[in-house]
Amino acid sequence: MSDAKSVILGRIRSALSDGFTAPEPVRNYRRVSQISQEDTIEMLIDRLIDYKANVFQATEDTLASVIAERLGEKSTYVIPVGLKDSWLPADTADRKRVVDSGSTLKEHALSHRELDEVDAVVTSSTVSCAETGTIFLNSNPDEGRRAISLVPDHHICVVSRDSVVELVPEAIERITYERPVTMISGPSATSDIELIRVEGVHGPRTLDVIILN
Amino acid sequence: MTSIQLGMPKVVSYGEGNIFEEIPFPKYAKEELKNEQLRNNLRFVTHAIRGKRSKVTAELPDWQELRTTGEQTKNYVLAHLPELLEEFERNFTARGGHVHWARDAHEANQIALDLIRAEGVDEIIKIKSMATAETGLNEFLEENGINAIETDLAEEIVQLGEDRPSHILVPAIHRNRREIRDIFVKKIEGINPDISDEPAELAEASRNRLREKFLSTKVAVSGVNFGIAETGTMTIVESEGNGRMCLTLPDTLISFMGIEKLLPTFQDYETFLQLLPRSSTGERMNPYTSMWTGVTPGDGPQNLHVILIDNGRTAVLADELGRQALRCIRCSACMNVCPVYERAGGHAYGSTYPGPIGAILSPQLSGIEAAHNNSLPYASSLCGACYEVCPVKINFPEVLVHLRSKDVDSKKAVGEFAGNKKAAPTQMDAMMYGAKKLFSSGKMMSLAEKGLPMSRLITGKKHKISKLPGIVSGWTDYRDIPEPPKESFRNWWKKEKAGAPARDTAARVDIDALIAANKGKLEELHANAAKAQGEESLTAANDAKVAKLAAEAKTASTKENA
Amino acid sequence: MRIALFSTCIVDGMYPRTARATVEILERLGHEVVYPPGQTCCSQMHVNSGYFDDAYPVVKNHVESFSDWDWDVAVAPSGSCVASLRHQQAMIARRAGDEALAIKAEQIAARTFELSNLLIDILGITDAAAQLGSYFPEHVTYHSSCHGMRMLGLGTRQQDLLKTVEGLKYTELEGLDQCCGFGGTFSFKNSDVSGAMVNDKADAVEATGASVCSGGDCSCLMNIGGALSRRDSEVQTIHFAEILASTKENPLVITGPVQLAN
Repeated sequence: MSDAKSVILGRIRSALSDGFTAPEPVRNYRRVSQISQEDTIEMLIDRLIDYKANVFQATEDTLASVIAERLGEKSTYVIPVGLKDSWLPADTADRKRVVDSGSTLKEHALSHRELDEVDAVVTSSTVSCAETGTIFLNSNPDEGRRAISLVPDHHICVVSRDSVVELVPEAIERITYERPVTMISGPSATSDIELIRVEGVHGPRTLDVIILN
Repeated sequence: MTSIQLGMPKVVSYGEGNIFEEIPFPKYAKEELKNEQLRNNLRFVTHAIRGKRSKVTAELPDWQELRTTGEQTKNYVLAHLPELLEEFERNFTARGGHVHWARDAHEANQIALDLIRAEGVDEIIKIKSMATAETGLNEFLEENGINAIETDLAEEIVQLGEDRPSHILVPAIHRNRREIRDIFVKKIEGINPDISDEPAELAEASRNRLREKFLSTKVAVSGVNFGIAETGTMTIVESEGNGRMCLTLPDTLISFMGIEKLLPTFQDYETFLQLLPRSSTGERMNPYTSMWTGVTPGDGPQNLHVILIDNGRTAVLADELGRQALRCIRCSACMNVCPVYERAGGHAYGSTYPGPIGAILSPQLSGIEAAHNNSLPYASSLCGACYEVCPVKINFPEVLVHLRSKDVDSKKAVGEFAGNKKAAPTQMDAMMYGAKKLFSSGKMMSLAEKGLPMSRLITGKKHKISKLPGIVSGWTDYRDIPEPPKESFRNWWKKEKAGAPARDTAARVDIDALIAANKGKLEELHANAAKAQGEESLTAANDAKVAKLAAEAKTASTKENA
Repeated sequence: MRIALFSTCIVDGMYPRTARATVEILERLGHEVVYPPGQTCCSQMHVNSGYFDDAYPVVKNHVESFSDWDWDVAVAPSGSCVASLRHQQAMIARRAGDEALAIKAEQIAARTFELSNLLIDILGITDAAAQLGSYFPEHVTYHSSCHGMRMLGLGTRQQDLLKTVEGLKYTELEGLDQCCGFGGTFSFKNSDVSGAMVNDKADAVEATGASVCSGGDCSCLMNIGGALSRRDSEVQTIHFAEILASTKENPLVITGPVQLAN
């Protein structure tokens, strides 16, 4: 035990020596949604748009073409190693995917600079919270490591319909702390200059969300 | 709150660093009030965020329940702090992190410096952090040859402008776009000299400046919004993505964390993830939130450190009433609604912590007698707007008044300050003494009020008083006092009415029964009022207002706030 | 019902007409009003200035004065003073080690109500014109004092009563819920900030075009009125009790730029 640690813990115990007690918190707020899945999806879309994300709908059959359209004809984009191949459009001469291995300890992990040079990134997502318009990435194989969804300027994120919940507690229940979590609510933004919201500072300036039905 | 008087004063250790008010608040505020642009900026910004906050909190039907849980959770943390800190340390260490403990600001800075030197770098990148602002880390590193680059846009503006932050959330709100453009043109190498003052262009300039730094810098320093004891997880909420950059790309991450920043369980985050963004930026959610639990092999920094900082927090914890300030989650809602902050601005509070939270936190971190920190608890009209919005229900008016009493006691060398050197009595002391004598007896009051007609002599032809001497001259600097009446109410009553026949307590009316019987009256009155003034009474907005009134009626009759 | 009037020190000494209006309204409704003669002040000035030791005898005086006589309910034409009774007096007594006084203070505070609270929630008033005969043909705006609004949760009670006064035209004040800057000793300890606040309030009052700014606390009204007077404004500040007490037979007369007391 370091000296500073024992001193601080001693100070805390002395500070609390008046017998201060506090019970376990009670949770009387909403923890389980009362609305339909239809309404939940509608709410998510509404709030994503409110925070300047672009929202698209797709089915397993149309997903690849929607992604192709979002990438444009000329694009080098990165994908995490676990992303379903069937989601993606076939590579062309000008539109190519680069697969990231998911770990800098493994081969084929893109360097920061390589990531800075790709045009976009396509990932899946773990859960989305409709009430706040938030998409949760939990470092699953189809979401990749944190850097790949951060450095490229354009993030295309697939949200499967059944992963959408209404409330924050419902979303938190579906993630694990064991892997890094990134929550995304719209593109990167700042309001630091005269409170005027500017979309796009350091994170991806374009966020495309595709709801997969 | 229950308390046991142990009869032994607690020995406390105060903090150091940027927590001091060097100029008395009223004097500082007087100067700041002369700055028209500052006042306009402050007014615009505080009113805008106020409105947003109000809208997004009203959107949640369970906002008050969330506040209650927030308050309870942070109280639980404070009451169980030793166990939770050790639990956090255990879990963070088990996942490859390193925990350091710092008694004060200097120790925290020194630990960080040693860690940075061990990496052999002379430049680091930083995420906006209140804790490092409090410890004065940037200045300390600079003295030791390390360049700390702020990456949050507002902090960047403040740093490039060689300025001080004036707000927790939007530190550069005292600057307008023109000034920011000028700072950028002067300080950013290679910037287009013809850049406009459009916020989007300025943000782009920042992106271009910092991108290379993000890609190449090996060490980052951050604060922490919450540390979760149960799992050893840390989390940061942000908007621009500079946070994610600092938390993801460097090899080494050093995080400064006040010892009170814990949450007991992972589940507790569900409460605070709702309370913080809505209270802070007035958004349903901030654009980015990162959570990491120790080192993740192959993803993000592989060398993780957290510095747990006391720096006076244990002194705050020792104060039975004042310790509620440690529930603070640094959302800044209190300053956005504060009429004093709105006019005086953040710099007037001296310390890293401006606004109502600064007024109660700084004097507790430093001790009431340090510098001019005893002027901070008086920087409030006690209007209570801060208490109303606080997501963890800090009762600001209660703590402010408590700290004022500490100030009075310290000057009089009584109570916990017995044995100190007594300050010379002030005009205020004399006034309070006189008022005590007067207010301790109705007879004295009656006698004194007989002099009212006399005081009318000084009001002169205009029937008002326009200049008073001594400490109360501040009143007449801005307003008149009306002519006093010829006769007080008490003396009129004595003449005209007086007395009351004796009555048995058994004859008392049951007030609670009357309140229950009149339950719907407020809504009825409200409808009548709208009708009488020709206001729309059947709109949905009005229905909502009536429902709110019904809730307030309940509050009024049970006479409890918040 | 027997109603004990707590006039509060500022009304007693500076605005007796507000207390007399309060008595007038309650007697009009057929209630017996008594005035415990020993009363002075709620102690708020001492407490809010940090002079807790000096506040103790003031609290003691209040509690003893209101314990002398039996009454059903006490009323004060002030949200701030009632809030002080409810949130501060017992604390001061306990700090001085006087638990018996603290308990008595709590009991009295629980039976003491701000005027609009009493009128609506206990006496069931829903229309001032119909039930009180209130008549005041003036253009009125209204400032919502902080302590009544936030510590007592009075909501729209006072302005709703005003709105139902016959002949009264009501215009809502911009920044209705913003503090006027009074804050007791704050007004001279931080006089420049306080002055900036009250000037903004006076601007808002003048912008309504109303001839009267009403409210529920004479301290705040003295502050706002003082700033209006300083700029030679024609707008008067008048406690809502006086407007409720005004009738066709016995109307409240506005007497020029500076309201003459009594």
